[in-house]
Amino acid sequence: MNIYDLIFYLFALVTLLSAFMVVTNKNIVHSAFYLLFTFFGVAGLYVLLAADFIAVVQLIVYVGGILILLLFGVMLTNKITNIEIRTGTINLIPAVIGVGLLAGALLASVINAPWKTNNQEQALPTTKILGTLLLQEYLLFFELLGIVLLIALIGAASMARK
Amino acid sequence: MTVGLTHFLVVSSLLFSMGLYAIITRKNAIMVLMGIELILNSANINFVTFSRFGNFGYSGHLVALIVIVLAAAEAAIALAIVLNIYRNISTVNVDEIDNLRD
Repeated sequence: MNIYDLIFYLFALVTLLSAFMVVTNKNIVHSAFYLLFTFFGVAGLYVLLAADFIAVVQLIVYVGGILILLLFGVMLTNKITNIEIRTGTINLIPAVIGVGLLAGALLASVINAPWKTNNQEQALPTTKILGTLLLQEYLLFFELLGIVLLIALIGAASMARK
Repeated sequence: MTVGLTHFLVVSSLLFSMGLYAIITRKNAIMVLMGIELILNSANINFVTFSRFGNFGYSGHLVALIVIVLAAAEAAIALAIVLNIYRNISTVNVDEIDNLRD
């Protein structure tokens, strides 16, 4: 067991434990804060997968953007002054059974599948490679993403403004 | 057993299951959104993992980037919708929003 494995288990533990706390915690503000640790753990997993650029984008967009949006949503839709921040649950038993079966099937197929992995080459810095790909091979995707973001921002602003 | 492809896939499968559990069981619409974010994260882990251990170059990284951008757009739109729902019927519990049923 080398240091890479130890760090992997650390990040996997952080990710899964905090995700479990997110889905089981009754207090929605606590859930939002546990989601922070989940996103951090996933960013660590990206670093272990030699995806440095994705890891930083994950930190900036998810932790800096989406989590703040979710917290704003919590604050604007709950009366903070009452203690009405707890949320109920429905369909508990069917969900546990169904999700348990699905997780079992997924884990069994993932573990037993004969994956063919190639030898890990040297991990390169990915920023330059991704930039070249985005502006050459995936240029259409890049432009479409820009348009989608613009439309989404205009739509969200005009919907929330009324 | 050294950490390889399977370990990352196991983590992402568990993350996906927990996101699905949150979507099914929670009443609050914002908790449902958090479940969706967990599921998108697990999908991203899968893309980056296969990009690392497979033989596809860096396409997986790009798909992960696209998913992150779409998740940001989706969160903004969904929160605008949730705020409108809250303003109109002053609840965000998804099981009480059934005005169209009757």
